Amino acid sequence: MAKSVGTVVIEVDACKGCELCIPVCPPGVLSMSPSVNAIGFRYPILRDGCTGCELCAEICPDYCFEVFRAAPSRASAEVTA
Amino acid sequence: MATTGEASGPAAEMRKVFTRSPLLGSDTHSLCPGCGEPNAIRVLMETIEEMGERGNTVCVLGIGCYTAFGALMQIDCQQAMHGRAPAQATGVKRVLPDRLVFTLQGDGDMVTEGLQEIVHAAARGERFTAICLNNAAFGETGGHMTATTVLGQRTKSTLGGRDAGRHGHPIKLPEMLAGLDGVAYVARGTVHTPVGVKKTKKLFRAALETQRLGLGFSLVEVVTMCPTGWFVSAAEGPRFQEEKLLPVFPVGELKRPRDLRV
Ligand SMILES: Cc1ncc(C[n+]2csc(CCOP(=O)(O)OP(=O)(O)O)c2C)c(N)n1
Ligand code: SF4
Ligand code: SF4
Ligand code: SF4
Repeated sequence: MAKSVGTVVIEVDACKGCELCIPVCPPGVLSMSPSVNAIGFRYPILRDGCTGCELCAEICPDYCFEVFRAAPSRASAEVTA
Repeated sequence: MATTGEASGPAAEMRKVFTRSPLLGSDTHSLCPGCGEPNAIRVLMETIEEMGERGNTVCVLGIGCYTAFGALMQIDCQQAMHGRAPAQATGVKRVLPDRLVFTLQGDGDMVTEGLQEIVHAAARGERFTAICLNNAAFGETGGHMTATTVLGQRTKSTLGGRDAGRHGHPIKLPEMLAGLDGVAYVARGTVHTPVGVKKTKKLFRAALETQRLGLGFSLVEVVTMCPTGWFVSAAEGPRFQEEKLLPVFPVGELKRPRDLRV
């Protein structure tokens, strides 16, 4: 399984199903759910491979995304130093 | 209910890099799926927070869909009558010159109903910032033609498309105001792509810094999606905007004070 260097938390019940977040995701790891949320809209589901680039959060009109990125680990920092 | 890619939530070594601005409160809003206005307002609130002006800002709201944000924005807000926000903001800024004062209006409010208000405020060089969310339609009342509706655009009052001979040409307000003395900063942004949203934030910063330095009147027009008023799906909004609106309303800075560093 590909390790993700980022991730998002999606507030599913605030989503209005506009799908604006889907095409802006560079690695294409967001897709719309088959089922609907509490207000009747399909919402994005995340697969592995998120880079934490924040583009979904920049475009979402309903402020559904929180974005997280991995802090560079001590080991990899030493390797690149 | 919330969902993440990892069932257990973000792993401990992940750090949060993006969250909703505290100046937007925590309530949901009632605007349509795919509306462009919420992202323009989001980056505006982020800018005010980053400038440290949270408790020192007054917003004067026009009337349109964005007016609903008066209940979300965690700053002082006043409600103006349709199109009259520039006159009201003039009063606020003159009485309280140390506050950061901006109007939040639409094209229907600013360019159609209240054109003379904004033109005279600009010509007087009033030191507030005017923000126009231009979706080329009266959104809230159901998608009718405004002064910025582009030629060929279908609205409820131009079903066959706006026709130059019958309905006249769209008004490009930033281009019009940039030529006036007293106007210090004029720019146009877009929110139909993530890059556009980020650039619009920089334009807001430049306009509000112009105000903070007392250099004169500042205006930012932001082209925003209105899929409901354009009769397209939410997902089609960005493409419609790119193809139909942006050729008429090119983005960028039209006027900037020489002393402005941001
Ligand atoms: C004096 C007056 N005329 C008409 C209206 C009805 N009205 C309410 S919102 C609106 C449209 C506003 O359009 P715009 O400013 O472009 O904002 P949008 O809804 O597109 O965000 C109109 C015409 C009103 N409230 N007051
Ligand atoms: S942060 Fe970037 S990579 Fe991750 S889901 Fe959002 S757009 Fe896709
Ligand atoms: S952009 Fe936001 S509201 Fe639209 S589908 Fe994605 S999460 Fe939902
Ligand atoms: S009518 Fe247009 S401007 Fe109003 S909320 Fe809907 S999409 Fe946004």
